[in-house]
Order: sequence, then C-alpha cells, then structure tokens
Amino acid sequence: MAGEFGNPEVVEEEVDILLIGGGMACCGAGYEIMRWIDAAKAAGTDITVKLVDKAAMDRSGAVAQGLSAINTYIGDDKDPADYARMVSNDLMGITRDDLTYDLGRHVDESVHLFEEWGLPIWKTDENGERHDGSKGLPPLAEGGKPVRSGKWQIMINGESYKWIVAEAAKKALGVENIQERIFIVKLINDKNDPNRVAGAVGFSTREHKVVVYKFKACLLAAGGCVNLFRPRSVGEGQGRAWYPVWNAGSTYAMAAEAGAELTLMENRFVPTRFKDGYGPVGAWFLLFKAKATNAYGENYMERNKEMLDDYPPYGQAAVPASCLRNHLMLKEMKDGRGPIYMDTVTALANLRETLSPREVKHLEAEAWEDFLDMCVGQCGIWVGENIEPEKKNSELMPTEPYLLGSHSGCCGIWVSGPTDVGAPTDEAEDGVPEHLPRGWNWGYRSMTTVSGLFTAGDGVGASGHKFSSGSHAEGRLAAKAMVKYVLDNKDYQPEFAESVEDLVAQIYQPVKTYLEHKDYTTAIDINPHYITPRMLQFRLQKIMDEYVAGVATYYNTNGHMLKVAEEKLEMLKEDALKMRAKDLHELLRAWENYHRILTAEAHMKHIQFREESRYPGFYYRTDYNLVDEENWHCFVNSVYDKETKQWTCFKRAHVDLVDKSKLFK
Amino acid sequence: MPTFVRTDKCDGCKGQDKTACMYICPHDLMKLDKDGSETGHAMKAFNQEPEQCWECYSCVKICPQQAIEARHYADIVPLGGSVQPLRGSDSIMWTIKFRNGNMKRFKFPIRTTPEGSIDPYGGKPEADLSKIDEPGFFVQCNGYRAGDPSELIAK
Ligand SMILES: Cc1cc2nc3c(=O)[nH]c(=O)nc-3n(C[C@H](O)[C@H](O)[C@H](O)COP(=O)(O)OP(=O)(O)OC[C@H]3O[C@@H](n4cnc5c(N)ncnc54)[C@H](O)[C@@H]3O)c2cc1C
Ligand code: SF4
Ligand code: SF4
Repeated sequence: MAGEFGNPEVVEEEVDILLIGGGMACCGAGYEIMRWIDAAKAAGTDITVKLVDKAAMDRSGAVAQGLSAINTYIGDDKDPADYARMVSNDLMGITRDDLTYDLGRHVDESVHLFEEWGLPIWKTDENGERHDGSKGLPPLAEGGKPVRSGKWQIMINGESYKWIVAEAAKKALGVENIQERIFIVKLINDKNDPNRVAGAVGFSTREHKVVVYKFKACLLAAGGCVNLFRPRSVGEGQGRAWYPVWNAGSTYAMAAEAGAELTLMENRFVPTRFKDGYGPVGAWFLLFKAKATNAYGENYMERNKEMLDDYPPYGQAAVPASCLRNHLMLKEMKDGRGPIYMDTVTALANLRETLSPREVKHLEAEAWEDFLDMCVGQCGIWVGENIEPEKKNSELMPTEPYLLGSHSGCCGIWVSGPTDVGAPTDEAEDGVPEHLPRGWNWGYRSMTTVSGLFTAGDGVGASGHKFSSGSHAEGRLAAKAMVKYVLDNKDYQPEFAESVEDLVAQIYQPVKTYLEHKDYTTAIDINPHYITPRMLQFRLQKIMDEYVAGVATYYNTNGHMLKVAEEKLEMLKEDALKMRAKDLHELLRAWENYHRILTAEAHMKHIQFREESRYPGFYYRTDYNLVDEENWHCFVNSVYDKETKQWTCFKRAHVDLVDKSKLFK
Repeated sequence: MPTFVRTDKCDGCKGQDKTACMYICPHDLMKLDKDGSETGHAMKAFNQEPEQCWECYSCVKICPQQAIEARHYADIVPLGGSVQPLRGSDSIMWTIKFRNGNMKRFKFPIRTTPEGSIDPYGGKPEADLSKIDEPGFFVQCNGYRAGDPSELIAK
C-alpha cells in the first residue's frame, strides 16, 4: 500500500509559481507576490502560488535564532551607488553593480515594513542618546533616527525577527498555499525545452510522500551551504557552524543540475568570529569600538599594515576588504603570535568614559544581547568559561569556509538584472557557451539563465552584503518578475522531461538500498552495499578540508591538491548513489549531503579555473599567490551538465557601472 | 550546546500528533519517542542528533512546559553554566548562570505589536499592473532611494 516506508504515496500538484524555501527571500516573495497576483486577477488572469519549506517558516533559515542588527539599511543620507561601491570593495572588485545598485535602492522599503509589523528598531533621540526598540520613538519611515553600528548596519531587538517576517508572509500567502516539512531534491526540466524548468520533486519529512510540482515559474531560495568543509569542532560541537548548519547548498546544486549558470563559486566566506561559539564580532568592532590584538596586545591591523600594499588597489581602500583583514590576522597566527583576542576589556572601559550613566547601564546588556539575539551558543561558552567581557578578553578565530551569496560572500547563480542602470548588453570575453545570454539582462529581473527559474538571497551570485533585509527585498523583486513571466507565458504548458515514476524511484533509492541490504550484516551502519549519509558527509569534509583550502592547511591549496580533490570528489559523487536511509530523517540527510557534494564540486572547479588568489585570507592558491588584475579581473562562471556530470568553467567580463576610484586613497 | 529534554517536565505535548519542538526545529532534530523504545521514556521528546544541533534555541523557546534546556557542547565547554530563556509575547527574559555560580538576568523587547496582529495589506494600495516593468514595489513606504543619476557612469 502506498504511504509506507519504502512505498511512498505520490502527490502531484500543478501551480503557476512555486516558492522553494521559507527564509528571508521567500518571505519577501510571498508578501510581494499576492498583490501582483490580485492585480493580474483583476485584469482577468488567475495565477496560483505555493510555498514549500523543509522546516517551519517561523524559525527556518539563517534567521531562526533572530538577529541583533539589520546589516543593510541605506538611509536617506546615502546613495545606492555608495552601497554598490562598498560591496564591490569588500569582494575585491568583482561584483555586479547592476544588482547591488538595484538592491540598494529597494532595500529600505522592506526594513520599513519590518518596523511596521512590530520589529523593535533601536533609535537615537534628539539628544543623541540611544534607546531600544520598545521606546516608541518615531519609526524610520517617518524620519526616526536608527542607531548605526557602522555605516550600513542598524541595531534591533531581533529575537523574533523571523517570527514577525514569517507572520506577514504567511498571512499574505494564506496557510492553504504553504506546505512545511517538504524537502525539494531536484528541479525537472521541460521536455520540449531543456533550458526551461517545468517542475520540482521532493518529499515530506513527516509522511511517506513524494511530492511532484508542475509549474511555469519557481523561486529557488533555499539558502547557502554549510558543513561542506570539516568544521573546527568534530565532536558534539559539530553543529556549531557559524552559518546555519541546515542550509545544505540546495540552491546551488539544484540550479546547477537544471543547467543554470553559476557565478563566482570560488568565492567563500571565512568569518573571523569569537572562538568556538562563533559569536558575531560586528557590534564589538563597530558599536563598542573594540580592537583585535595578537597575544602580546599588538593591533595586527597596524603591525601588518604594509601587507595591504601587496594588493593594489584594494589594499588602499579606507576600509580593507574582510578577506584582507583575515590575511593580516592569519600572519599573526602562522608566525606564532596567537591566540588572537578581541580586547573587550579596554573597549568597555573606554565606553564607560564617554557615555551617560543610563547608557552605561544598558551597555553590558547590549553586549550580551548581541549574542542572545543571534548566537546563544556564544553565551554558553562565556558562562562555561566564566568570561565576563568587561573583565576578560575573548579569543577570536577564523571559521571553516561557508558558501553563500547574501552575507559577506558572493557565490551563487548568474541572474538577469535591471535594465535601467547601464548594464552591458553584450559579452566581451570569448568562451561563453553559445546557448547562454549575452549581457546582464535578459527580460526578467532575478531570472537565472534557465527560463522560468528565479532566485534570491543566498542564491544570487556576484552581489553580496544583502543580508536579511536585502534578501527579503530581493525576494520581492523576483516575485514581481515572476508574475510578469507567468503573464507573458499564459499559453505555456509545462511538460516533464523525466517520468514521475523515475523521479520517485530516484528519491526513494536510499530507502530501497537500505531495505534491500540491511540484513546482510549484523551492524546496521557497517555494510559494503551502502554508506550512511553521516559518513558520506565526513568524507566530503575531509576532502574539502585537506585539499580545497580548509582550516587544515591554513586555507592553502594548489593545482596539484585540487587535482587530487577532483578525483576524490568524483568517486564520492558515485558513492552518493549508494547512500542509505533508515528513516525519513536520514533520507533528509542523504539528499542534503548530495546537494553539499555538488556545491563543493562547483567550489573546487572554480578555484581550479581561477589561476590567482582573488580573496587572500579566505583562500590562497600557493601556485598563483597574487591578485592578478590583468588576467583575472573578471567573473568566473560555470554550467553543469547533469547527463555527463561535467562542469564547464569560463570567464565573463567585469564592467564598473559606478565609479570605484572614489574608494581608494 | 545540544538541547536535552527533562523527563520530569516533558508531557509529550499531551499526545497531540505534532509536538511543539518537532514542529519548530529547523534541522528536524527533535523527536517524540511514542513507545519509549528509543529512550526508555515513552511519550517524551528527545534530540535525535545532538551533534547537529545549532543551539538556535527555537525548541527551548517554544516548549510549553519549559522542558528543554541546553548543555553546552561537552567537547568544548566546561560544565556548570546555563543560559535559559523565557519568551513571552512582547519580551524575552534570560537567566544566565556561570560555572562559578555568578548569575545575570536580562530582559529584552522582542515585538512592538501583538502576536498575530499583522495585517499585511491593511491600508496599502493595490498593485498597479501597468508598473510591473518599472523599479519599485507595489507599495512605497518612504524607503525607495532613487539615487543620483550622475553616479551611473555607464548609462
Ligand atoms: C549567524 C548569522 C548572523 C547573521 N547576522 C546578520 C545580521 O546581523 N544582520 C543581517 O541583516 N543579516 C544577518 N545574517 C544574514 C541573513 O540571515 C541572511 O542573509 C538571510 O537569511 C538569507 O536569506 P535567504 O532567504 O537567502 O536564506 P535563509 O533565510 O537561510 O532561508 C533558506 C530557506 O530555505 C529552506 N530550505 C533549504 N533547503 C531547502 C530544500 N531543499 N527544500 C525546501 N526548503 C529548503 C530553509 O528551511 C529556509 O527556510 C546572518 C546570518 C547568520 C547565519
Ligand atoms: S515541546 Fe516540550 S513538552 Fe512538548 S514534546 Fe517537546 S519537550 Fe515535550
Ligand atoms: S536548539 Fe535549534 S537546532 Fe537544536 S534541537 Fe533545538 S531547535 Fe533544533
């Protein structure tokens, strides 16, 4: 009987638009889309939409714990061009100005909505004193002054950030159009047009059901990729990644398999964070004005500042890129002057001298709140080790690498941008495969190079520093464009290139493998016929850590190491077909890890192709240990062929749409 | 800091088919042991994969019985501390206990509107289909930054 383990029920549905993911981007899309759907309905076209999330929207994605700051708020005193410049500088000059500029002009709209919905935003009163978000000072939309913790960030009481944003999205969409605990495994191309998506297939993690959706358009916004590298903690603390451990690269892997062009997959983010708990450092640097030092109390940004001269012009920017700051810190660690500390003691003492008594009272609470709102685990370290920040400094450490496109990284999918900002309409580099678009826009904002497939947030490459607010705004941009796409393609009838039967069999293969072979041995986990998803993940992490510039080699790799990784990953990919799943939870882990492997492979191939070290401090190719502006001031893009399982990497020309010379001294 | 469930407090969400902790965990970690075959404690929840726990505290905050707490990762953190929240409708209270016995308490606002009160389109205009190709969302909340056109050097 269908509906049992090993014999799932198959549920087929048809909608016009599917939203995959329930994070910031899809919540933004869910909010924006219904209004356009209503407008389309008034004009005579009915459009249906559905959102699926592998978790519960109230706490899914990177904002599950909450956040203590909104990192992108432009304000009325800055220009979107300033924002585009900042993003470009932090990502070593290679970003899409069209995308960042467009985000810069839209993002504050979402922030104003968050505040209207109930998110407490800190304010500065007319005397310059700061207050938490419960005080009732005028909202930002009416001229209220936020508390800036840096040029772009504003402070919030954000424990319930995701809860609030999800409430608005759920109400807008209607609960009948939302299904939680659905993990999407792959997209299905169109039978008549291999460069188009027609559907997606996944499974319920609660019931024995495979779900097959047929659609005209879909927003794939399932977050970035975590745990593709061996984490620094390998025991019980393995789950303590900095980025959310449940974002498994589904966005990149599924897009690649559908044929979408990826961009800058060599880029990664290696944040410097409080050691072991991975607590955020932004507020400590920007709000509390703390300095990081080596073990001898020396400020390494000063001590090693001439190292910035190795990377013109980027080293000369007023604020050096995040990777270069890591680069200067790694020097201290490698030369044996660790541990590295955040000098919280001096910072808090200094602040006590300049702030009002009332503010000092709040100061300590603010320091704790910064962690309690978005990284409770760091407080766990502090209490366990008896660390009070006013009395004892805390260690800093660069983490294992993560792949993401919305935080301070910019890997992701190549998408169509806005048409009104002067973006190129042709391609200057040779070698771009024929079937791909020229130029930076091809009709629909946020559409990938695969027709009908859109993305946002961590999915969009070459435009980092969107953060929570920008991901929400980007989801809204995509939503609007998808409605237009559906209106323009009214007569299109999606047809699957693969049979539903085959797809169901593929998805439940790990279950079948388990049931078939489980009685061959007496130990459930040790069996020559299958591999557990957990061991597969360990193997992936070992390969990536040791050969693809993980922490084991201080983020170093070279062409020879990458060659070894390439072979090992190929075999790993083959073995992924032998994963077992003894229950639905393990089936989830199996497919998450499959997505991780493809994402990891893309990362490795891009690093291999880019014969320079564009992001010193994030990774080094020791055989090309320089930033080579002459040959590599360009995007590295790729497409994947799921039939041959081969990647093709190529260059795309980089063009500045805003003047970057303003950044440099 | 994986979470753990206290046997003396968990009531299995009174036998409902969906427990609060299972509902909320973004990583599918919390599981109800219906017949006690997995833990020896029937109708109580447990963390089925503690080494995958992100310590996001979603389950801790939602449990109606306050049955879920966290014990800091044993491979990293000395024993004895605890960080425990009590989340209300407009604020959250944190009780923080250090290994050496020191205590701290904090209370932070979490929301300025009643839970469930969001009226997403209340007072908002309809979308204007004729503007679907232009920049801007269906509604303007005074946050659109048009930008100085002279900054766009390639235009
Ligand atoms: C520790 C940390 C601190 C941060 N600090 C800040 C900050 O202070 N300020 C700030 O503005 N931003 C901050 N950010 C960044 C912000 O959280 C992200 O930029 C934003 O959440 C990205 O949005 P997204 O929609 O792309 O992904 P997410 O919000 O992560 O959402 C991804 C969604 O996809 C779902 N999903 C994943 N895979 C699948 C699948 N296969 N099938 C179905 N669903 C799937 C997930 O359940 C989730 O709902 C921080 C992030 C982290 C992790
Ligand atoms: S939410 Fe609390 S009471 Fe309910 S099952 Fe989970 S631990 Fe038990
Ligand atoms: S703390 Fe978060 S990740 Fe850990 S079990 Fe609870 S909800 Fe899941």
